[in-house]
Amino acid sequence: MTTAVFWVLALLAAASGFMVFRFNSMARVTISLMVSFLASGGLLVLLGLGYLGVVVILMMVMEMVIMAVFMIAYMMNPAGLMPMAMFHNKRGSLAIAVVTFALLAAGIFLTPWPHRSGAPPRDATRQLGTALMGSQMLTMITLGFTLLATMVGAVVLATQRGRYDRFGDDLKRRPPSDPVRGGVGR
Amino acid sequence: MVTSAPLWSVLVVPVILAGFAAIAVLADALLAVRAAGRPARLAAAGPVAETARLLVGQRRVTLASDALLWRLGVLTVPAAGMLAALVIPFGTVTASRMSVGVVWFNAMEVLTWAALWMAGWGANAALSLVGGYRYVAQGLAYELPLMLALISAATGAQSLNVADIVAAQSHLWFAVWMPAAFLVYLAGVYGFSFLGPFAYPAGTDLASGVLAEVSGVDRLVIEAGRWLLLAAGAGMAVPLFLGGGTGPLLPPWAWSAIKTLAVLAVLTWARRRLPVLRADRYAELAWVVLIPLSVVQALVPALVDLTR
Repeated sequence: MTTAVFWVLALLAAASGFMVFRFNSMARVTISLMVSFLASGGLLVLLGLGYLGVVVILMMVMEMVIMAVFMIAYMMNPAGLMPMAMFHNKRGSLAIAVVTFALLAAGIFLTPWPHRSGAPPRDATRQLGTALMGSQMLTMITLGFTLLATMVGAVVLATQRGRYDRFGDDLKRRPPSDPVRGGVGR
Repeated sequence: MVTSAPLWSVLVVPVILAGFAAIAVLADALLAVRAAGRPARLAAAGPVAETARLLVGQRRVTLASDALLWRLGVLTVPAAGMLAALVIPFGTVTASRMSVGVVWFNAMEVLTWAALWMAGWGANAALSLVGGYRYVAQGLAYELPLMLALISAATGAQSLNVADIVAAQSHLWFAVWMPAAFLVYLAGVYGFSFLGPFAYPAGTDLASGVLAEVSGVDRLVIEAGRWLLLAAGAGMAVPLFLGGGTGPLLPPWAWSAIKTLAVLAVLTWARRRLPVLRADRYAELAWVVLIPLSVVQALVPALVDLTR
């Protein structure tokens, strides 16, 4: 049963990942990539990593939808509705992708994997949480600040209007002048 | 104590969920008939006639539609509701007693993002597309407060397992001492079922938006999916915030049913009383007010856990 599920998910992940190169519509490409990630998430669940697997599914659905929105917004043809591939140099990128896949797959078979010592944890989610909040705390703090700084930086770079546009030259205008009134009465 | 049912119960969950959704649809029809001042005995005729009409109706064809994504999107809406419902305990049994049930529910309801975007995109029609994009914008607003509300309940029980969350409420319901999380959760239920104040993606100002070109059996599937999602959300509110199947005198399954119906009744009634919110306005409310509020709310069970 587990073996059957593994093969279904593994083939689905690889096939829908490959279909990213075959489809010529950006919407289909995005959904195809999403299906590949969902199958990978299912594989993680199959490995007994329930939390990681389900979180991969959760995050990838949101990320792929947002990616589709931005990808289509940046396209030069109207609304991205014309058929076009989402990458440049189709042959080259396909070759790189296939070679990388083959190398990684070969690595799986060639690596002398160590034998398991000890038993798997009773609760893999708890073990993950302990690692993230314990031994990897510094990594997570650094990562958190870097991500936050990136987000703030991206918003600052992208926004057209600053506080002087909103609050006036002496920053005294109340309420601020915004093109669209927000939902909290400003 | 919630126990796991055999594997075949996975097939029973959609049936029970559909039952609750049907009751909600009929109650909604009754409210509509009463609001229109017509006799209440006509209430059931509306949904039945509409279902028959959609079953025999022709599918609308649009130019150069992406049929694959369109159908996939439409089908994913009810599928998301049914999959999300798998982890909801009914009385003392649950179809799947998975250790990360809360995250599973969250992930399955997020599938509606992709579903509605695909359904909006696939038709290759402007209003439909705008509707799909509206759902994504709305999703960015309702999803994070909803996640924090789920985290509050999970933190209160120190577990992502829905059964443990029920067990942690044996003395006091989470709805009582986490009211903000409960309300934010209910708003999220409207959000992912795009009903009531969150019907914006399918708004009448947009000629039904994401549903504009969906007709015939597809329309039936996506409309049913909305109510299945609403029923799943109401069902999940019971173990998360209302103590699950615990209660005096009656058996646990009866308490689960009564509480689910009560939440459904409130949601169905209030949806006719609340105005539809524009996504950009709700986004500001969500990010400026609801997310900080939800973070503070999630801090409360965390501090309570520390003192235990």
